[in-house]
Amino acid sequence: MDIKDLEKAAKEGKLDRRDFIKRAAALGLAAPFATSLLSQSVHAATPKRGGKFIMGTGHGSTTDSLDPATHENGFMQNVVYTYANHLFEVDNEGGVIPELAESYEASTDAKTWVIKLRKGVEFHNGKEMTAEDVISSMNHHRGEDSKSAAKSLLVAVVEMKKTGTHEVTFKLNDGNADFPYILSDYHFAIMPDFKGAADWQAGFGTGGYIIDRFEPGVRATFKRNPNYFKSDRAHFDEIETIALVDTTSRQNAIMNREVHAINRVDPKTVHLLGRNPSLSILEVTGTLHYTFPMRVTMAPFDNYDLRMAVKLSVDREALVQKILLGHGALGNDHPISATQANHNSDMPQRAFDPDKAKYHLKKAGMEGATLDLSTSEAAFSGAVDAALLIKDSASKAGLNINVVREPKDGYWANVWNKKAWCACYWGGRPTVDWMFTSAYLADGNWTDTDWRTGPAADKFNKLALAARSELDSEKRRAMYYEAQEIVSDDGGALIPMFANNIHAVSKEIGHPEKLAGNWEFDGNKNAERWWFV
Amino acid sequence: MGLIRDNRRGGTVHPVIRTILQRLGLGLVTLFVVSLILFSSVEFLPGDFGEAVLGQAALPETVAAFRKELGLDLPLHERYFEWLGGILTGDMGNSFSGRGSSGGSDRSRPVIELLAPRLANTLFLASMAAIISVPLALFLGITAALYRNSIYDRTVNALTLTTISFPEFFVAYLLILGLSSFTKIFPSLANISPDALFWDRVYLTALPALTLTLVIVAHMMRMTRAAIINLMASPYIEMADLKGASKSEIILRHALPNAWAPIVTVIAFNLAYLVVGVVVVEVVFVYPGVGQLMVDAVTTRDVPVVQGCAMIFAATYILLNLFADIISIITNPRLLHPR
Amino acid sequence: MNDNDKEDIIPSEAAELADQGYSAAGEVGVIKSRRTFTQNVWRGLKTAPPTAVFGLIVISIYVVFAVFAPLLAPFGEAEIFSMSYAPWSDEFMFGTDQLGRDVLSRLIYGARNTVGIAFVTTLFAFTIGGGLGITAAINNNGWLDNLLSRSVDVLMAIPSLIFALILLSMFGANTLNLIIIIAVLDSTRVFRIARAVSLNVVVMDYVEAARLRGEKMFWILYREILPNIMPPLVAEFGLRFCFVFLTIAALSFLGVGIQPPTADWGSMVRETAGLIQFAEYDFTAAMTPMLPAAAIALLTVAVNFVVDWFLHKSSGLKD
Repeated sequence: MDIKDLEKAAKEGKLDRRDFIKRAAALGLAAPFATSLLSQSVHAATPKRGGKFIMGTGHGSTTDSLDPATHENGFMQNVVYTYANHLFEVDNEGGVIPELAESYEASTDAKTWVIKLRKGVEFHNGKEMTAEDVISSMNHHRGEDSKSAAKSLLVAVVEMKKTGTHEVTFKLNDGNADFPYILSDYHFAIMPDFKGAADWQAGFGTGGYIIDRFEPGVRATFKRNPNYFKSDRAHFDEIETIALVDTTSRQNAIMNREVHAINRVDPKTVHLLGRNPSLSILEVTGTLHYTFPMRVTMAPFDNYDLRMAVKLSVDREALVQKILLGHGALGNDHPISATQANHNSDMPQRAFDPDKAKYHLKKAGMEGATLDLSTSEAAFSGAVDAALLIKDSASKAGLNINVVREPKDGYWANVWNKKAWCACYWGGRPTVDWMFTSAYLADGNWTDTDWRTGPAADKFNKLALAARSELDSEKRRAMYYEAQEIVSDDGGALIPMFANNIHAVSKEIGHPEKLAGNWEFDGNKNAERWWFV
Repeated sequence: MGLIRDNRRGGTVHPVIRTILQRLGLGLVTLFVVSLILFSSVEFLPGDFGEAVLGQAALPETVAAFRKELGLDLPLHERYFEWLGGILTGDMGNSFSGRGSSGGSDRSRPVIELLAPRLANTLFLASMAAIISVPLALFLGITAALYRNSIYDRTVNALTLTTISFPEFFVAYLLILGLSSFTKIFPSLANISPDALFWDRVYLTALPALTLTLVIVAHMMRMTRAAIINLMASPYIEMADLKGASKSEIILRHALPNAWAPIVTVIAFNLAYLVVGVVVVEVVFVYPGVGQLMVDAVTTRDVPVVQGCAMIFAATYILLNLFADIISIITNPRLLHPR
Repeated sequence: MNDNDKEDIIPSEAAELADQGYSAAGEVGVIKSRRTFTQNVWRGLKTAPPTAVFGLIVISIYVVFAVFAPLLAPFGEAEIFSMSYAPWSDEFMFGTDQLGRDVLSRLIYGARNTVGIAFVTTLFAFTIGGGLGITAAINNNGWLDNLLSRSVDVLMAIPSLIFALILLSMFGANTLNLIIIIAVLDSTRVFRIARAVSLNVVVMDYVEAARLRGEKMFWILYREILPNIMPPLVAEFGLRFCFVFLTIAALSFLGVGIQPPTADWGSMVRETAGLIQFAEYDFTAAMTPMLPAAAIALLTVAVNFVVDWFLHKSSGLKD
C-alpha cells in the first residue's frame, strides 16, 4: 500500500483517523504530515447551513410509537436523537459529555450524583426545561407497572430528587462510575412534564429539529428548531428519515440519488456500491457483535469441555471473510470490542484448532455427538450462512452440527433464551460494565447463556461488581482484564466476530472526520452533526 | 322480459337479486368465521405483543405489565367477544402499539386511524394496476385465441410466462434497473405522502403498478385464451363458421359471451390479489399499504390491527367473488333460469 | 370403467386373428383395436408443434437432472470451498456463491428439490381442489356445495402468504408441512376454477341423463364432467405449478422456506437478487440471480407450451 492508496482509502472512508495515522507511520510519514494529508483528503470541515437532508434507514415498523420507553429499532433511535436531547451525550471519540446537563458531581463511592441542568433550554412548545421534566422523564421508565425496555437500567436508582429548579440528585444503591453513560441511552430522552407525567404523545423535545410528521414504519420529517441551544449544531433546514427495510431498495435509493445517506450496506456488495462515483462508503468499527450463546444450564452445554470444543472448532477467519467479507474483526468469546476502553488486548486470539477441539470433545465423552444450532435471519443478516460455516468447520473436528432454521417471526420470544444453542446479536454498549450488566452478570435479565453459578461465574460476578464502583482506573482495568478472560474461557457465549457499521453517504454531505461508534449514523446524531458541503 | 316473467311465475324476487342477498348474508358469516380463525391463530402463535414489541429487550415484568394493560390476561373468549361487540357497533378497537408505557389506554391509536390512509393507498395502487392489466390481459388473450398457434400467440405466451415466473421482488428490481437507474424515467421509491397530488401519485406509483401488471397479466391472459379455445369446437361455433362469420366475429360475438364465467373468476382472483397480496411490492417500493401493516401486526401480535386488516381483506374477497358469480349467472341462461 | 375393458383387444391378438385369414371376428377386432399407449405417444409427438417438442425436451432434461443430480453435479450440494464469490471459471462454471459453494451444483440439486416439491404440491392441490370443486358443482346450491364453497371463501378471504406464515410458525417449517400447507391453500383456488367450469357442464343434458340413469356421484364426476373441464384445469395446472416456486421464494423471504443447506431456486434468487442493481459495474455478478430465475422461467414456459398443445388437441380443433 503506498501513500496514494492510503489517501484513496481515507477518502472512501475505509480508514478512520487513527488507522490512517498508524499506517502512514508505517510508511515512514511523520504524524503531523499524515494528519495534514488527511484533512486535505476528507471533506472540508466547515459546516454550512441549509438544505433538506434525506436518509434511508434499514429499520422501522408500523407499530413504532413516539414513546421512548418502547423504542427498539434504529429508526426510532434516530428519530429520538433528532428531536430530543438527553442529560449526557456520547461524543465522536466514545467519551461521555454533558448535553442537557451543564455539569455534574459524583460522590467518592460513585453512589450520589448531583446533576446541574442547562438553563434557558426550551421545549418545542416553548416551555422551559426544568428539574420536573427530568424527573418525570426518568420516572417514565421506573415504577411497578412501567413497560419500559430500559427499566432494568434504572433499577440501581433508589432515589431521585429535585434539589433546585435546575438540579437533580440521583442516589444509587451501588456505586457506578459509568452512570453518565447510562443516562445517554436513547430511551432516556427528556420530555416535557405534564401534570407529573412525561408527555411523549405531542412529540415535543428540546432537540435541533421539530417533528413535522411522523408516519410509523414509513417516514418522519422534521424542521429545524430556530431556538436550539447548541449554536454549532443542526445545520440542515429540514430532515426526512425514510424506512427502507429492503437492502436492495435502500441501495437503489442512494444509487439513484433519492436519499443522501443509508445505513446497513450489505458487506457482500459494498465493493460494487463503492464504485458509484456519487457516494462514499463510511465504515465504523463499533461494538456490534454476533454471538451464538450456549445455555450452560442445558445439556450438553453444561459441560466445560464441550463448550471449549465448540469454541475451538469454529473457523473465525472464514466467518469474518465470508459473512462480513472482511468488514469486521475477530471475536475472542468475550463481548468487549477492540475499540473500547478496557478491552483485554493481552489475551491471545482463539483460533480454529481441530486437534485441540477433538481432545476436549474426547474429554467430554461426546465424540461423534450431534448438536442442534437454531438460527434465523432475525438474529443478524447472514446468520443462517454463518451457522452453515460453523457446521462445516466443526465437522473437521469430529463435531456434528444440525442447523435448524427457525422462523424470523417471534424469534426473540421463542428461540432466543429458550433453545440450548442459537444465533444472536448484541449492538454492544459503550462501557464494559454496561455490557456485562446487560448480558453476563448473574442477576442480569438478558444473560442469554444462563451462566450464573459455578466457581468461575462467581469469581466473574465479584470482579465485575467490584470494578463498577472502582474509581481508580488502573485497578479497574486489571479487574476487567481478568473478567474478560473468565468469560472467554468458561462462559457460554461463542463470539466469533465483531461487525462494522457500513454506511453509504452522498458526496454532497459533509461530516466530522471520525464518526461516533456507539450507534449507526454517527451515533444516530447525524441530523445535527452533518451538513451539506 | 325475463324479469317480468320471473316475477309473475315465482311471485318472488329475481334469482340474481336473491343470490346477491343470500351471498351478502353468507358473506357476513364468512367474515365472522375469518375473524374467529385469525383471532385464535394469532393466539396460538407463541409470544404476545409485549414480548414481540420489546424483542430482545423483553423482561418478564415488562411483558406482564403489557399483558395486564392490554387485557391479555383475560380469557380468550372474553377478549374475542369484546372485540366482536366493538366491531358490531362500528368500533374497530385500538391498536396495541402507540400506547403510553405508564399512561392510560385513552392515548392509544384507533385501528381505523392506522388503517384508513393505508387502505386508500392500497386501493389506489390496485386500481392503477387493474386499469392497466385487465384490458391488456383481455386484449392479449382474445387476440392470442384469434391467432392461435401463430408466432404472435407463442411470443405473447412465452413473454407473459417469463414475467410471471420471476419472483415479484425480482421483477421489481429489474424494472428499477431499467426504468429508474439507467433511464431515470420513474423514481425507485414510491413513498407517497398523504397530501400528494393526484398526478404525483400516479407518477410515484408507476413502477409498483407496472410490477403488479407484469405479475398478474399472464394468469388472466392465459385463462381468457383457454376459455375461448375451449368453446371453439362447440357445434354452435362450427355453425357460425359455416354461416361464414369472420374469425373475429365468431370469437367476439359467439365464443366470448359464453367464456365469461371462467374469465371473470380469474379476474376476480387477481383483483383481490392486488388488494391483499402485494406485501412484497410494498416493501420493495416502500409503499405504505395495508399488506405491510398486516405483516407487522402479525409479527408483533397486535391482534386488533390484524383483525382490522383481515376484515378489509375478507370483505374485498367476498365482494369480488360475489361479483364474479353474478356475472357467471347472468351470462349463462341455464343458471339464470334453473329448472 | 367397464366400457373401456370391452374395447381392450390387444393388437397382437388382432393381428393373429388376421393371419388366420378372413374372419368377421378378426375384422371387428382389427377395427376395434386401439393403438397402444406408446403408439399414441409417438403419433402425438409426430404431429406436435415445435413449441411442444421444445417444451417436452426441456422437461425431460429437467427430469434427468433431478433424478441424476448427484451424478451430474460436479460438487456436493453443501460443499464449501474457500473462495466465496469466485468468478466464472473452468473449475466453477458459474462461480461460487456467498459461502463458496459451487453455483452450478446448487442449480442442479435445485432442480431435484424445487421441481420435486412443486410437483408434489401442485398435484396434491389439484386432487383436493379439483375433486371437491366438481363435487360442489354437481351438488349445485345443495348443502354440500354451500358448505364447501363457504369454507373455501373463508380460507381464500385470509391473505394466503400471511396465513401460510402463521401456519408454518405454528406447526414448524419442515418440508412436509410446507407441502401440505401450500397445497391446501392453493387448492382453494383450484376449487373455485373447477367449480366455475363444472357449473357450465353439470347443466348439460348428458349429465342430467347420467344422473337420471342413477349413476353414482363418482362415476358422473370421473366420466362425464372431468373430461369436459380438463382444458381449463390443465391450463391452471401449468400456472399453479410455477406459483409454488414463487410462494416458496416469498416464504423464504419471510424466513420460513426450505431448511438450509438444501438448494432451491426461489431462495437462490432471493439470496443474490441484490446483485442485479450493480449490472453497470459488474455484469457477470449481476447475472448470478438470473440463473435460478431463468431456470424457473424456462421450466414454466416449457410446461405451459406442453399445456397449450394439450389444450389445442383436446379442443378438437383441426387447424
